[in-house]
Order: sequence, then C-alpha cells, then structure tokens
Amino acid sequence: MKIKEFVNEVKKGDVSVEENTEKILKEAEKVNSEYKYFNIISKELALKQARELDKKIKLSKAKGRLLGVPISVKDCICVKDVESRAGSKILEGYLPVFNATAVQKAIDEGAIIIGKTAQDEFGFGSFSANVGLGFNRPLNPFDKTRACGGSSGGAAGWTQKAKNIQISLGQSTGGSIACPASFCGVAGLTPTYGLVSRYGLIDYANSLDKIGSIAKTVEDAELMLDIISGHDSKDSTSLKEQMQKPSVKKIAIIKDGFNDIDENVKKTVLKKLDCVEYDEISLPLTNKYCIATYYLLATSEASTNLAKYCGMRYGAYDKLEGSFNEYFSRVRSENFGKEAKKRIILGTFARMSGFRDAYYLKAASVRTKIIEEYKKIFKKYDVIISPTMPILPPKFEEIEKLTPLQNYMMDILTAGPNLAGLPHLSINAGFAKELPVGMMLIADHLKEKNLIELGKRLE
Amino acid sequence: MKVDDALIKRVAANARLNLSGNEIREFIPQFKEIIDYFSKLDEVDTKNTKPSFQPVEVKNALREDKPKPSLTQEEALKNAQNKKDGYFKGPRAV
Repeated sequence: MKIKEFVNEVKKGDVSVEENTEKILKEAEKVNSEYKYFNIISKELALKQARELDKKIKLSKAKGRLLGVPISVKDCICVKDVESRAGSKILEGYLPVFNATAVQKAIDEGAIIIGKTAQDEFGFGSFSANVGLGFNRPLNPFDKTRACGGSSGGAAGWTQKAKNIQISLGQSTGGSIACPASFCGVAGLTPTYGLVSRYGLIDYANSLDKIGSIAKTVEDAELMLDIISGHDSKDSTSLKEQMQKPSVKKIAIIKDGFNDIDENVKKTVLKKLDCVEYDEISLPLTNKYCIATYYLLATSEASTNLAKYCGMRYGAYDKLEGSFNEYFSRVRSENFGKEAKKRIILGTFARMSGFRDAYYLKAASVRTKIIEEYKKIFKKYDVIISPTMPILPPKFEEIEKLTPLQNYMMDILTAGPNLAGLPHLSINAGFAKELPVGMMLIADHLKEKNLIELGKRLE
Repeated sequence: MKVDDALIKRVAANARLNLSGNEIREFIPQFKEIIDYFSKLDEVDTKNTKPSFQPVEVKNALREDKPKPSLTQEEALKNAQNKKDGYFKGPRAV
C-alpha cells in the first residue's frame, strides 16, 4: 500500500493507528533481534502517540500528511524523552528535552516515532562498522556478513527489510544517506544544505550536515522532504528559499565516477541508463581533491563539536575527582570509540596554530573551487549522474583490512556533492551478484525536484 | 610531515584525550598516511580563492534582541548527574 492511501484509510477510521503501530513495533523487534537496525525502539512513546491519534480521529479532529505513519529516526536526531546517543557511549542516558525541528514537523503531520536507528558513532564511517562502544553493527538485509553502509545504516537496512509501511529520517555529512541507501537497495534523498533545519541534530560537521529521508520509493522520500523542509529561526544556517519547480531537459553522466570502480557496479548503472539520453562530463578537480578536502574540513569541525562532551551537562559522567583537565580527559577517553578519537585528533591537528593555514584554510579554499566546478556544469545540465558507491556492499572482514585512508576513499563519489551542499538522490539501479547497486543523481542547489522527477522515471 | 609519538601526544592533550601506548602505536602510521594524502591539496592554486565556510551563501541570521521562552533551569539540568543547588557541578578548576 502507498503511504497516501494508508493515510486516507487512517483518516476515514478504516485503520486503527494503535493496531498498526503494534504490528510494526512487533516487526521492528523481530527484525532487530537479527539485524540490529535499532539502538532503541520507543515502544511506549509510539503507542501513546497512536492512542492519542485514534482518539482524535474518532472526533474527526485529526489531519496530516503522515497520519499514523510510523517513522524511524537516526540516532543523532533528537527525539524528546527518547535516549538519543548518535551511536556513542558518551551520550549514554541522554534524554533530550525537546524534539529536533524535523522530528517535530513529522509529528505535527501525525507521524508515529517508533525508534532510533543504528549508525556509525557520530556518523564517523562509511559502513556503520564504526559503531560506538557497546553498540551493535547493523547487518546488510541481503547478506548478513556484509555491511549496510554508513553512516545511516540502520535506517536504510530497516527501510529495506520492513514489510509494514514506514519512512526513515536519516542524516548525511559526506554521503551518509546515499551510501546506505545504495547498499540496502532503497531511495535516499539528501537535500540542499540548509533546506532542512539542523536544530536538534547532534552535529558532526556543521557546514556539511543535512537531515534527509530514506524510503522504499522516491515518492515516499519526497513526501518526507516536503514536510521537514523550510526555514527555521532556530538554525542560523537555515535557508529562506524554497525548492524550485522541476525541469529535467539535459542530463549528463560524470565520467570520472565510472573509472576505477567495480565492473559490476559500472555495468549495472550504465544498463539502467539505457533508456536515458545523456552527455558525458568530467569533474577533474572534485574527483582528485574531494576526499582530502572533505576529511580535513569534516574532522576539523567534528573536533570542535565533540569538545562539548566532557561528562558535565549530559551523557556519560564520572565521579568528580581530579582537576578539570584530568576529569574531562578521563570521561572522553573512556567513552569515545577509536574512530571518534582518530577524527578528533586529526581535526585538532588541522586547526592547531602553525598548521591551520596549510590544512584547514587550504581545504576551505579548495572547497570553493569544487563548488565552482559543479556550478559551471549546472549552467548546462539539470541532473548529473554517477554510481553512488564504487563497490558492492563489502563484507565486514574486508572492511577490517582497510587502512583508514582506504576506508575514507570509499566516499570518493559522495564527498563532492556533500562538500558543495548539493541535493542528491540515490536510487537502486539493479542488482549484481544478488547485491543492490545504487545510482546517484545530483542537481544544483534547491533543485531536488529535478532529482525526484527523474528518480521516479528511473526507479 | 613528521608524525611521531611526541606530535600525537601533544595533539591528544589539546583535545583532552588520553591515548594508550597501543593506540599511539596504531595511530602513527595511519595518521602519516592520511596527512601525507591531505598535503595533495598543495597542488591546487588557491592564491586568488576565498575559503568557503558554508556550501551556500548564508547571510547573517540575527534576531531581535528580545527574550523568548527557552529551556527552564530544571530542563537544562535534567541530563546532568553532577549538580547542586540548581547549578552544574564540575571538577575543581585549580
């Protein structure tokens, strides 16, 4: 059933929201015991919301585009009174006293929040393999020895596996919606930077973070984006502009994105594009420098953002022993996972006096050139396309053999649009070796509707 | 760039992280590989390029200087374990 049809039935009173919610909670618990997609299933909250909605529906007072629709929320997006940890032990016990704007907007449309989905700690990974201390890795819905992709891995895996209707809220810094959507065979829509409020998002890198949607179909992902987008005075980087009307006339594929990648991925994506007319373009600067630029900026911003976790105001804490330096260092060292420590150190290094100009500022300048390279292409093209990931979903044992740099290189296709704040949509392009292959459509700022129009045509 | 024990310890201290000997030994070659790779950016001519701190132009977002409802003291303290008399309680400063 389509979400719109479901919402109509709920509105008419043909479906009990409570019964439907009970059904999906049961499914979530069952799937979770095997695949580890949830860090927490918020059963009580969901049932309370459902009962209240049913009452309103009886009084014909209920309305909303997500009436009774179950929503899962990536762990890094705050839900009031539901433990929100961004996949990190350092936020153990943190119960936000407010909803993130995106969550509140979904609730205002009648959504039921069913839980917080698994992710790499603070989003620090491409495979959801870098989960925080004490967390489980979500497993790929097509092969449990393989990764879901990251960092919104739980959201994408669950979206693929769920038989009941639902939509997931995800979040991307450098590809964390597109990558897991690709590896799990679902649609992942990352909006223009600033289109969706970041208020209530546990941040990784402020100039890169975007909340978006992961769903079974492009239509469902679009519905969620329509709801959560819009200006919010609580986020100083929130845009006042709105999405533009679609116009897809000229399409191009990004040549560089098809070089040096898995042949299976290449063939599957090109085959899917058989029915489309396209030119070929190249983004040489982006292709060559996006990984270095992205990781310098992302780790720099992350190292400042993570400074606030020190065992004082929320999350993990300890006995107040020793000086403040000793106390903060102890709480941080015991509760951050290894990848978080690495990224904090890399980012601190890039911003330290003596290194800041050579690394952080240099990367911010290269970022300008990368944005300009894309902008030039979008003067001529409405949508540009590449594979989403250069490989098929890898096995965990293969991931463990990668050095951190090899790991970072996996973001080679997604880092560019994320650095430039461009909307991008990953859809399934087909299967190779019984594993899903994702294809990424990228458009100019505020032109997500171009992606949606073409995405619907292709899916 | 020379990445050694001393550099990593200095940066970790700045970041308020205690690293074990094993962690430092593991991180040294990894950071060396990554930082050498970062140096690739030197190839790009950015003499006449301004840095971008946002991907889209963001104008100053200022609001009127009027108080609005925000978190209550109780809400602000709700997630803290170490607290006293309506304040956060921290470790000693000196």
